[in-house]
This record gives sequence, structure tokens and C-alpha cells, in this order.
Amino acid sequence: MSPPDEELSLVHDCQYIEVVKQAGHTDGDFPLAASYGLGTEDNPAFPNMHEATSLIVGGTLQAVDMVMSGQVRNAVNLAGGLHHGFRGRASGFCVYNDCSVAIAYLRKKYNARVLYIDTDAHHGDGVQWAFYDDPNVLTLSLHETGKYLFPGTGNFTERGDGQGYGYSVNIPLEAFTEDDSFLETYENILPTIARGFKPDIILTQNGCDAHAFDPLTHLSVSMKVYQEIPRLAKKMAEELCGGRIVATGGGGYDIWRVVPRAWALVWSEFSGQLLDRKIKIPEEWLERYQEESPVPLMPTLFDPIDMFPPIPRREEITIKNKKTVEKALLYCPKG
Amino acid sequence: MLIEDIMKRDVITVEPTDTIRTVLLKVQQYRIRHIPVVEKGNLVGIISDRDVRDACPSILGQPHDDDESIFCTPVSNIMRKDVITSSPLDFVEEAAYVLYENGIGCLPVVSGEHDQLIGIITETDILHTLVELMGVNFPSSHIEVEVDDRIGILADVTQLFKIAKCNVSSVLVFPGRRPTKKNVVFRVQTIDPRKVVSLIKGAGYHVVWPKDPGE
Ligand SMILES: [Zn+2]
Repeated sequence: MSPPDEELSLVHDCQYIEVVKQAGHTDGDFPLAASYGLGTEDNPAFPNMHEATSLIVGGTLQAVDMVMSGQVRNAVNLAGGLHHGFRGRASGFCVYNDCSVAIAYLRKKYNARVLYIDTDAHHGDGVQWAFYDDPNVLTLSLHETGKYLFPGTGNFTERGDGQGYGYSVNIPLEAFTEDDSFLETYENILPTIARGFKPDIILTQNGCDAHAFDPLTHLSVSMKVYQEIPRLAKKMAEELCGGRIVATGGGGYDIWRVVPRAWALVWSEFSGQLLDRKIKIPEEWLERYQEESPVPLMPTLFDPIDMFPPIPRREEITIKNKKTVEKALLYCPKG
Repeated sequence: MLIEDIMKRDVITVEPTDTIRTVLLKVQQYRIRHIPVVEKGNLVGIISDRDVRDACPSILGQPHDDDESIFCTPVSNIMRKDVITSSPLDFVEEAAYVLYENGIGCLPVVSGEHDQLIGIITETDILHTLVELMGVNFPSSHIEVEVDDRIGILADVTQLFKIAKCNVSSVLVFPGRRPTKKNVVFRVQTIDPRKVVSLIKGAGYHVVWPKDPGE
């Protein structure tokens, strides 16, 4: 169910919402669109744009309500995770920012302290800036450094502002970080920050575009990471906030070899149907989709060990990431 | 961008007849390193924290009878009179070059025949401005291309961004690592630079970034 404008406007400008509505019902060029980030290659206007994109927000809000009311312990909305959406501007394939709206909704309706964990390969800029001065929302983003990659922000020096100083945490990882350093970083910081912050609920963004097959990014992780990320997030929710956790999707641009496997793992972890490392992809699924796929589909849920060629500067990258973690942790809550 | 756009206008100053003690107090109070010396609003010299330190008795040494007289010395005795200055209409890059060439930390900004002091610019101000100029003011991706150092090359490359409908938010050109080459860095407002990168590669240019793991 689409949320009323009142809920979208917890985060988004009313004027922007109007433009999104009109752009989805106009033939040809819509002159106002460009100044709202719409009508670009990344964010083309399309028919019924408002209806489609607000429906995604509705999904994440419903997930939040079901978890907060105790109907379910946790919930997953894989259509969500549109973390680049800004207050008044579409950006990076995102129109409305379901994560930002859900957090604002949690603040207003439940007065909840929200821990937001973003493991998309891109910096979670839209969510960070929406709550940059709010000490009741801690945004944690692990991403590939913005030196080269979109959106360019997410330096560890972005720590929040005013009352919210220390409540924005950024870990910009080096290109070609790979599994070991990625997981070491994640497992180092998440428990520390979560225990220090003591959230009432956790919201996660599970973009799977850090995978080695992803055509837009360079972190080069394997499928193993997409089992560990939700597993630890869920464990922290169990330890700190009665298991309350809502997971969303996010980016992922190898839609054949990465996204179905990665989000199967996210779903399996949250729904408690733990999947074995040796599990094979069902034959029927492979047969059904191989014809459409431009690349050979992966026959196993996890990537074979050593599928990817070794990366020359591994040690240097690992050390750099460790130093980044030290600096990023300087001013945030720790427990 | 001009110096008058970024200079600091309320300048802390001393008079030539003020004492070293006054300079010391102002250096500490305002946490500054250089103080222009003015007479009737016109610049006549400059004094730095280091000039003062050099003139003062060592805190390690024994007290001397002349300590007090040093603190009471007028600024005019130790100030430097040949001051390198800037004009409000200088470009920021000119001022940066002057600071760099002379190995100095600040430039008083003067105007008129009698060098009326109207502002001051420090290396920190300039660095800050450059950071802003090169910075990320829009969500964008970084594309670096190595090109031949010849006329019209920038127009040729930027044409490809137009074809790919890619909005460029900043461009930086600097000497390449290899002779006869230049590197151009574009920040472009897209999350997916694949189309423009393949156009650039297709046109025969060397794309330095984004790169593949093997490169
Ligand atoms: Zn992403």
C-alpha cells in the first residue's frame, strides 16, 4: 500500500512530491524535472513514477509497523533500500528514500532510537544527510571510497553535526578490499557501535553491489559476505533490541549471477532457514533463466573458493582499511 | 575567483609604536601567526610570532636585566618592512603561487597609492578554497582520462560526455605522468559511468579510472 503524502513529506519536500507525480503523468519533456534530478540517464521519468516509487516506501513502512507492534520479530523488503534519494532530489536510481522515510516515521510514531546499517558498495548519502544532526539516529555506512566511486562522499571525517556529532559513521574501504578485510572491518565496528548506541530497532540496507561480478564497483567480495552481513546484524538486534530489525535491499547490478543469490541469503538468515555452504542452485531455476541471461548462471549458492584472481596489493589494502576503522571510530558511541 | 571574494576583512593589526608585549598578547589571544603593522590604516610592515620569539629572551636562560626592556621595545624596531602583498583583484591562483614561491604563510591585501590595508589571506584560506573548488558538491563519479597534450583535446573528450548525456560537475586538468600527456579528471553526475567510459575507450583514449582489478 502506498503511504499518504503526509508520510513521504516526513522527509521529502512537498514540491518534489508534486513534481514526481506530474512527471509520471506527462507526455514528452517535463521542463521542471531536471532541477529535481529527474529526466536524467540515472533517473528517467517513467509512467506512474510516483505510484511505483511510493509503493516501495509503503512496503518498508509496513515492515517497520509489523516489527514495532510485535506482530513479527523481523521483516524484509527487498524492493527498498533506495538510499541515494534526497529531500528534494532524485539521485543514483533512487526517487523516494524509503529508508529515510522509515527512520523519520520511527522517530515520530514510536520515538525509537534507530541504528541504520548500510553495506551497499556506494555511500548511503541520502540517509546520512537526512539525519546528520540527529543523535537518535546513528547511520553507519561501509562503502567503497568516494575518491572515484559515486556519490563521492562518505569520508570518515563526515561524523554528523551539532547534537548529532559522532552519530554518522563512515568506513570508506579501498577498491579491491575483498572478503577478509571487508568482514574484519564489519565485525570489528558493528558490535562496538551497536552496543555503544543501544538502539530500539535496527534498519539495514543490503545492497549487494560490492560483489566481484558487479559492473559498477570494485570491492571484489564474494557471496560469503552476504551471509555474514545479515547474520551479525540479526545477532546484534537479538542482543540489544528484542530482535527488532527491518532489512531492505539496495543496489546490485549483476542481476543474474549476484542479486538472486545474495538476497536469497539475506532472506534465509532473517527467516531462520539457514543455508549450507555447499548448497546447489535448483536445476529448474537454472533451466528457466539461463536462456534469458547473457552470462552463464552460477550453479552454486556460494562462489567457489579462489574463483577470482589474487589481488596484488592485498596487504597494503588491508592495513589501509584498518587505519580507516581506527579514525572512523574516534568520536562515535562505543560499547 | 578573486582574492576579495575569499579574503578575511577584519584584520588584527598593531601600530609601529605598540610594544612587543602587545604583539605577544594578540598572537596568543587570536591564535594567529602574522600581524600587519599599520599607520593611519596604511600598511607599513609585518611582524610574525617567530620574529617575536627570536627577539625574546629564552625561557631556559637566566633572567636578565634587559628582559623588561625587550618586552617594551616598539614594534617598528623588529618588524619587516619589505612586505609581499596582494591586491583584492588578484586571482586566487596568483596568490597561491606567490605564497608558494616565497615560502610565506600570509599576504596582506592592500589597495590604493598608500597601501591601505583592507584584508588578509592565509595559506589555510587558499587551501580551503581549493578544497571547495575540487570537492564533491553533487553526488558524482570520478573519471580520469589520459590524453595527448594538444589543442582541442578537451573539446573532443567532453563531446563524448554530451553524447552519453552525462552532466559534468567539475573538470581538472594536470600534467600527465608521461611526457606529452595530460590527465583530465571529470566528476560526472551519474552512478553508472559505463556508457561514457566505453565511448571514451572506443574513441581511443586511455581511461586511468575506473579500472579493472588486473590493471
Ligand atoms: Zn550501490
